[in-house]
Amino acid sequence: MSTIVTLPDQRTATLPKVSYLNKEYGLKSWLLTGDHKRIAVLYLISITFFFFIGGAMAGLIRLELLTPPSDLLAADTYNKVFTAHGIIMVFLFLVPSVPATIGNFVIPIMVGAKDLAFPKINLLSWYLYVAAGCMLLWALVSGGVDTGWTFTTPLSTHYLNTHVVTAGLAVFVAGFSSIFTGLNFIVTIHRMRAPGMTWFRLPLFVWSHYAASILMVLGTPVLAITLTLVVLERTIGIGVFDPTKGGDPLLFQHLFWFYSHPAVYIMILPGMGVISEVMSTFSRKRVFGYTAVAFSSVAIAVFGFFVWAHHMFVMGISSYSALVFSLLTMLVAVPSAIKIFNWSATLYKGSITFETPMLYAFGFIGLFTIGGLTGVFLGSMGMDIHLTETYFIVAHFHFVMVGGMLMAYLSGVHFWWPKITGRMYPEGVSKLAAVITFVGFVLTFFPQFILGYLGMPRRYAAYPAEFQVLNVFSSAGASVLGVGYLLPLLYLTWSLKYGKIAGSNPWQATGLEWQIQSPPLTENFVETPIVTHEAYDYEWLESKKENEVPTVG
Amino acid sequence: MAEPQHHDEPTKHEEHIVSPKIYLAIGTTLLVFTAITVGASLIDLPGDLNAVVALAIACFKMTLVVLFFMHVKYSSKLTKLTVAAGFLTFVVLITMTMTDYISRAWGRW
Amino acid sequence: MDSHTLAAQTSETAHIEHEHPPFLRHHFASVEQQRETATFGMWLFLLTEIMFFGGLFCSYLIFRNWYYPAFVVASHSLHLWAGTLNTTLLIISSFTMAMAVHASETRVRKALIGWMIATIILGCGFLCVKAYEWHDEWVEHHVPGLNFSPQGFLHGTHDYPDDKLQLDMAEKTQVYFSLYFAMTGMHALHMVIGVSLLSFLLFQAYGGKYVNGHVAPIENFGLYWHFVDIVWIFLFPLLYLISRHQ
Repeated sequence: MSTIVTLPDQRTATLPKVSYLNKEYGLKSWLLTGDHKRIAVLYLISITFFFFIGGAMAGLIRLELLTPPSDLLAADTYNKVFTAHGIIMVFLFLVPSVPATIGNFVIPIMVGAKDLAFPKINLLSWYLYVAAGCMLLWALVSGGVDTGWTFTTPLSTHYLNTHVVTAGLAVFVAGFSSIFTGLNFIVTIHRMRAPGMTWFRLPLFVWSHYAASILMVLGTPVLAITLTLVVLERTIGIGVFDPTKGGDPLLFQHLFWFYSHPAVYIMILPGMGVISEVMSTFSRKRVFGYTAVAFSSVAIAVFGFFVWAHHMFVMGISSYSALVFSLLTMLVAVPSAIKIFNWSATLYKGSITFETPMLYAFGFIGLFTIGGLTGVFLGSMGMDIHLTETYFIVAHFHFVMVGGMLMAYLSGVHFWWPKITGRMYPEGVSKLAAVITFVGFVLTFFPQFILGYLGMPRRYAAYPAEFQVLNVFSSAGASVLGVGYLLPLLYLTWSLKYGKIAGSNPWQATGLEWQIQSPPLTENFVETPIVTHEAYDYEWLESKKENEVPTVG
Repeated sequence: MAEPQHHDEPTKHEEHIVSPKIYLAIGTTLLVFTAITVGASLIDLPGDLNAVVALAIACFKMTLVVLFFMHVKYSSKLTKLTVAAGFLTFVVLITMTMTDYISRAWGRW
Repeated sequence: MDSHTLAAQTSETAHIEHEHPPFLRHHFASVEQQRETATFGMWLFLLTEIMFFGGLFCSYLIFRNWYYPAFVVASHSLHLWAGTLNTTLLIISSFTMAMAVHASETRVRKALIGWMIATIILGCGFLCVKAYEWHDEWVEHHVPGLNFSPQGFLHGTHDYPDDKLQLDMAEKTQVYFSLYFAMTGMHALHMVIGVSLLSFLLFQAYGGKYVNGHVAPIENFGLYWHFVDIVWIFLFPLLYLISRHQ
């Protein structure tokens, strides 16, 4: 099955005269565009902006935790900083990261469509995202929020004098942005596929986005109504969550986690899609067990709705219910493990090359596995009672979200960068950045597992002196990690002008998006492609190259 | 969840136009059942039967609206699955939340 | 191979131009595909609406079990006639909306405009009755947070002389009214949005649109309108009916 392919001669590649980037000029042609590729670029810019704001907050947190007393930041400032970090990273970076940028760019091309099903709603989704971002920035500069990203009642409704309402509404609006993205994807994948593009010829990237979109559409509205109730409770004082009026704060937790647990799958599933593409392309093999990987995405989405109360084991829910949720939580490990095993099996006897996206993908597999396994610890009730609200939790979800999702995001950005811009990133420095990110990440978050196991609670500005050594390791790692994230920002920007011309298919990948010019035309395909080959069929690619007959595009 | 292997190539047949007679029949039925449900609420039925009757009638009315006014009876399998997925997730929300609320008073095990 | 040479080759063979109706967007192959896509999108949106109201219905179920006496007594203070009238208005408006879709499908402009106007009037009628009820509850001090008082639930009423609650349970009626206002408020907000959208569509239909085979906007608005009707079909028994005789 594996075919060794030499990369095409890039010296002869030229930038196409017409592409989506130069079809029209001017700010207006960008701000009023319906083109999914331009909207993806708009998303890419705005998400990067918020990522670095959230990252700066993380930097402040780690600086404060360098020393045991609360000296750099006062305790209430620290609360605001970690809240800002959480809200920005979760709602403005992780949830839209891969879907709204890379997914927006490549999904219509992968299924062989000219655009997403609803271009205007796609644009509206970006505007909602920007509006949410502005509201949140306003909440931050006008005094901050200190509820934590979870808006826990009655803390958020009764005891805080910060900008909870503004932040809550910002998350509400961001939620609608995410609903519209998910809705657009589902409709596009169902209705806009090119002739011959059956469900089992779709790249796994599309499958994982389909699963994540289901979660976006079904989960997010519950968050919307929950936050609406919080805002109403804070402003006019209705009593659904307020125990003094007969309400139940645990009900808030149920409704909040009904969305927010599936939300972690909204965040990770698109990343898993990226890994499937990258693994296959750089081992030049069809993804092992395509069907299993495809259905494991859907299984993760379905199971995701049955496990939310494992966030609530120590909150006073019934112990019988906790037992049920603990058991169901174990189920999620199964499809996640299927994916990891199948990616590893894909590597077996493949012709592996170590380009930057592949390095990030390896990072993903290692770190996500650790993050996932510690999730099994936390899903078992006995361990959870010991470890909850400690740095073990912090380390666990950062391994999944940063070690997993952010690695996958960077992998995807590097992988599709030639397609998006038409130019290559510099390979040497980007490999260095991937390694720096990995080392910095492990140095930052591995000590936190130990800290949490030793009992250091999360969300405090101060800690006992005995924890300092590990915290210094963690903060040192954070600065390395910061370098790892700044480097791509610099060299990717540099490559926009000075990068080598990529040509249409620099990786010799099989997806439809690689069979068209880079950057693509506004309408993607000159004529509707007719798909005759399976996904990841490298022999088809070979014969296509030999015969030079354009079967696609 | 919408069933993934379901093949739904856009169909080429003309949209089914529902006749006004059916709309009128459905509308009248809905009004009649509104009268019945109000009437039933005024009678003292044993146990929780009042609630059961009222909600059963509401479900029946909803089914009529979904099938005929919203054309689901004449729609593709995909639409039917979508509607089903919505109600299924709603049921998951309620049942899984109720596992906590029902058993909270049972104490420890 | 270099893809813009490919582009040059294929653009000559190029695509056959069909008779494109003006409302067919460029990325769809046919009107049917566009219409089915739009309808599917609308259904997915309604899915999110189910879950949006689902959170409220779930809360209602839990609290009604917790504070059963308070929910029964509080429910007695609503006007059954207003709820019944509103249900009737909404069901008739659903019928008129279905007829508007039919008029658009059969391309009869006058009928389309007439049915749409009827729907708008019925929708506004619903909102007026709802506003009357809310005003009544304000006068009775039943609005949680703003002017709530449990006094009315302590001594029984003219119609229900047995409705005497202890003070702690009487205060729990506030949860009932919190949910009542959240649910009917969200529903009314959807009605307001619906009436506004419908007015906009009416304005366009007046200009001659939607009777040339371009049914999708009317049809999808109809789906939205029927959905709002369904929400009320459940709110009516839950809030008004099931506690009448307890």
